[in-house]
Amino acid sequence: MDIVKRILLYLLAAFFLVLMGYPFIFVLFTSFKTPMEYMVNVWAFPKTIAFENYEKVLQPYFLRYFLNSIIASSSTVAIVILIASMASYAFARMRFRWSNILFIVFVAGMMIPVHTTLIPIYVLINRIGLFDTLPGLIGPYTSFSLPVAIFIMTGFFKEVPRELEEAALMDGCSHWIIFRKIMFPLSTPAIATVGIYNFLHTWNEFIYALVLINSPSRKTLPLGIREFYGMESVNIPGVITALLVGSLPVLLFYFLAQERVINGLVSGAVKG
Amino acid sequence: MIKKNKLRYLGTVFFFLAPAFFVYFLFNVYGVAMTFYYSTLKWTGIGTSMQPIGIQNFLRLLNDPMIWHSLKNNLILVIVSISVQLPLGLTLALLLNSKIRGTKFLRTVYFMPMLLSTVATGILWSLFYDPNFGLLNFFLERVGLASLKSGWLGSEKTAMTAVLITICWQYTPLYMILMKAGLTNIPEELYESARIDGATGGKSFWYITLPLMADTIKISAVLSLVGSLKYFDLTYVMTGGGPNGATELMATYMYKKGFVEFNMGYGSAIAAFMFLVALLITSIVQYSTRRRSS
Repeated sequence: MDIVKRILLYLLAAFFLVLMGYPFIFVLFTSFKTPMEYMVNVWAFPKTIAFENYEKVLQPYFLRYFLNSIIASSSTVAIVILIASMASYAFARMRFRWSNILFIVFVAGMMIPVHTTLIPIYVLINRIGLFDTLPGLIGPYTSFSLPVAIFIMTGFFKEVPRELEEAALMDGCSHWIIFRKIMFPLSTPAIATVGIYNFLHTWNEFIYALVLINSPSRKTLPLGIREFYGMESVNIPGVITALLVGSLPVLLFYFLAQERVINGLVSGAVKG
Repeated sequence: MIKKNKLRYLGTVFFFLAPAFFVYFLFNVYGVAMTFYYSTLKWTGIGTSMQPIGIQNFLRLLNDPMIWHSLKNNLILVIVSISVQLPLGLTLALLLNSKIRGTKFLRTVYFMPMLLSTVATGILWSLFYDPNFGLLNFFLERVGLASLKSGWLGSEKTAMTAVLITICWQYTPLYMILMKAGLTNIPEELYESARIDGATGGKSFWYITLPLMADTIKISAVLSLVGSLKYFDLTYVMTGGGPNGATELMATYMYKKGFVEFNMGYGSAIAAFMFLVALLITSIVQYSTRRRSS
C-alpha cells in the first residue's frame, strides 16, 4: 500500500516536472539548432552545437535592449527603495495628523488595476516631453511600485525594536540620522524583498513600455524580444534564442539566490 | 517655542513623505482621476480638440456588445484561474511537502515559469501552438492523433483555451509557494493525533489541511481575482484579442480603442469601467469573506 502510494507520488512529481520544466529544455535545445534542423524534427536533440542563433541575437541592437532594461529597472528600484523607505519611516515612527488616512491612500494603490491609468499617463508623459525616453518609463514604474514597497517596509519598520533609536533621540540625533544610520541599515531583509520584487516586475513590464517607448534604441527587452519575433518569425530557433538570452539574467540570478528570489516574488505579490 | 518645535517636526514629516507623495500623486492618483475626466470627452488624442459630451461614452459602452464580451472573458479568466491554478498549486505544494526524495530540485523546476517575462512566455507558447512547426501538433502527429492537429490560436473555438492553459502554466508556481508556506504553518501534531484517532490521508486532508488553509486559500483567490480582472500582456502577445474577439479582454479592448483606433475618450470610458468592475468585485469578495471569518 505504502509502496503504491510512493510510486504514485513519484509519477505525479515526474509529470509536473515535464510540464513545468520541459519547455526550458526545449528552449535550450532549440537555441542550438539551425532553422532547417528544427523544421525536420521539432523536438530532436540538436545534432551539432551551432552558435549561429546566438551570433544573430547578440548584436549591438539587442544588447541595447539589455542596457535599456538594466537602466530602467535599476533606476526604478533605487528610487523606490529610497523614497519608499523614507515614507515608511514617517508612517512607522512619526506621529502626525492623518497619518493613517495617508497610509491607506498609498496602500489602496495596490488594489487599483494600474492599466486604468494607461491613457492619462501616456498623455502626461507626452505633455512633459518625456515620451520615448527612459525617464518617461522610470517615473510611472516608480509610482506603481510604491504601494507594495511602502506596505512591506512600514510593516518591517514597525517590528524593529525602538530601544536603539530612543537612545539616539536622547543624544539629540535628528530623525534623518536615525533613519540613515539605524533604520535603513537594519532593514536589509525588507529592502531585498522590495528590490527583487520590483526589479523583476520592471524588468518584465510590457504594456507601459509598449505605449511610452517608440524608438528601437530606447526599447526595453520585452519590447525588443517582441520586435525580434516580428522580424524573424520564420526563424523559430532564432526567436527562441532571443527569448533565452533575454531571460538569462533572471534565471541565473534565480539559480544563485533561489530563496531570496522566491521570497521576494511571493511576498511582493501577496502584499500587492 | 512649542509652536516652533511643532512646525519643525511637521517639516521633518513633510521631508520624509514628500518625494513618495509627489511621484504617487503625479502618476497613480492623477492617472485614475484623469481617466474619469477623459471618459466624458469626445477626443481622438493628443493635439486634437476635446469636446465634453457628458455620459455619452458610457451610454455607448453599455450598448457595445464587445465590452460585455470582454468582461465575460475576464470573468472566465477569473473562474479558470481560481479553479485550476489554486488546486494545482495546492497539489504541487502537497507534493513538495510529502516524503519523497528530491523535493528541493522539484521546487526549483516547478517555480521556473514564474521567472519568464510574460512576453517571453507568450511567444514561447505561441510557437508551441504554431500550426505548422509547433510542438503540440508535432506531438499529436507522433502519437498518431494527426487528425486533431489544429491552428490552436487561429481558431475561435480553441484560442481562449490555449491562452488560458498558458496563463495557468505561468501562474500556478506562485500559488504553489503560497500554499507551501500555508502548509508549513500547520502543526505536525495535529496529523499525528488524527492518525491515532484513525483518520486516514483523505480524512485528515478534509478535516485538518483544508480548514487550516482557509486563509491562504482566500489570499490566493483574491490575488488571482485582482490579477485576472486587469490581465493584458499574454493575450496581447499571443492573439491580440483575436481571432474575431475570441480572446478579447477589457484591457486589450481599451488598448485597441485608445491606441489603435485613436479614440482616447472612449478608451478612457472602458478604463473607467474596468476600474469600477474591479472595485466592485474586490469589495464584494473582501466584505463577504471578512464577515464569514469574524
